[in-house]
Amino acid sequence: MNSSRIGNHTIKIESPAYLSYSGVVAGPKEGLGPLTGDYDGVKEDLEMGEKSFEKSERRLMEDACSIALSKGNLGKGDIDYFIAGDLLNQITVSGFCALEHPVPFLGIYGACANLTQGLGLGAMFIAGGYGSRVLVATSSHNCSAERQYRYPTEYGFQKPGWAQWTVTGAGAAVITSEVKAPRITTVTWGEAVDSGIKDASSLGSAMAPAAAAAMLFHFQELQIDPQYYDLIVTGDLGQYGMQLARELMERRNYQLQGNYTDCGTLIYYPHQQVGAGGSGCASSALVTLGNIYRRLNEGELNKVLVVATGALHSPTSCFQGDSIPAVAHAVSIENE
Amino acid sequence: MSRNLKEKFQLSAKEYQDMVQQKKPRPPLLKNMVVAFVSGGLICLLGQLVLNFFIGMGFTTQEASNPTVAFFIFLGALATGLGVFDKIAHHTGAGTAIPVTGFANSITSAALEFKREGFVAGVGSKMFLLAGSVIVFGVMTALVIGLISAVI
Repeated sequence: MNSSRIGNHTIKIESPAYLSYSGVVAGPKEGLGPLTGDYDGVKEDLEMGEKSFEKSERRLMEDACSIALSKGNLGKGDIDYFIAGDLLNQITVSGFCALEHPVPFLGIYGACANLTQGLGLGAMFIAGGYGSRVLVATSSHNCSAERQYRYPTEYGFQKPGWAQWTVTGAGAAVITSEVKAPRITTVTWGEAVDSGIKDASSLGSAMAPAAAAAMLFHFQELQIDPQYYDLIVTGDLGQYGMQLARELMERRNYQLQGNYTDCGTLIYYPHQQVGAGGSGCASSALVTLGNIYRRLNEGELNKVLVVATGALHSPTSCFQGDSIPAVAHAVSIENE
Repeated sequence: MSRNLKEKFQLSAKEYQDMVQQKKPRPPLLKNMVVAFVSGGLICLLGQLVLNFFIGMGFTTQEASNPTVAFFIFLGALATGLGVFDKIAHHTGAGTAIPVTGFANSITSAALEFKREGFVAGVGSKMFLLAGSVIVFGVMTALVIGLISAVI
């Protein structure tokens, strides 16, 4: 019965779990970025006609879900489970969005690792035969994150160059057992790692060890090397966190070469002033379910490893002087 | 604490922090200081002009300082409300933060931000989220210095 479990972290998804449909909605700044053609929708402003940024983020997630379902001509009740997570206190965006879907709901929190946490759980539900369609969604909004984690949105201060910019957007995916598409083949569940970093403006460096650890488990347990994949992406380490992850992997003799990049570094142009790159749940969601998903479908990519990374701190834990724990989960998506 | 760093990558927390420091870009300190000095200086120059204007209106120098400060609080609040303060402050840094414009921004931005939670739980209680400690420690310092000067 345990034959699908390899090592202590990795699970092989033996019976097919297809990433059948995706829906990606981006904010206005993201819409001006280089990947704009891969988004199903781009919002014109940050408010999106809602009274608060929290409500705007709900709109993002609901729209992403609707788009993903409509691509498969599925109604809101046509799925077996809804798995969702976001960054706001008590994951309210996901909770309110779940009200729209009359199916069993599981709220998850892995911070910005929500995407792969959701995809991995969804794939396990399908592979285990506990359902045939799972809807997975995650979102983040620059202003709702900013006001919860940092300062009021209109407060003026100088951001350091290594700080990152929370991506506004949402991604949703329908994983099914029947509609052929790129397949989720393995999931590597990462461990929480304490990097010792206490600076909440330096999340990339706080998460890099967790990302490297998850990749290490993945490569070791499956006995493959990074060259096996056409593309390896981490979720939101940013420019400097990405270099750190690469260096950490080098210490264990795994070379992350030209096939490695970070979602946070892909969403914006350099002139968009986002510091070291994008962050937030939407960082990995927009790139993976938008750009990478299209390239997988077109056959430009065949084997991709997505390692979404989450920082598990809160403003309270930081004010109380605790360092920032982080977690990362890796999901491989391959064409058959 | 950093069990995983040690086990997986043979790094102590200290060694990892050194690695991070090497990667981090250095903040452009000289540029930031020059920009802050010039922008802060311009605000002070403007302040002097406004002060002179009020003195010209017949106020004494001491009396004129109150409407001058009020004018800059208004200016900071207006720029915050128009959504330009944070964009300017991204470049000017301490130049706009240290004068009373920064104080106005910290209060106005918090009041605007938490308006959505209503007037009591939002505006009223969150308005001094950032400025609160400035006020508390400002008043405390003034009290201590006042006491010292009274004794001397």
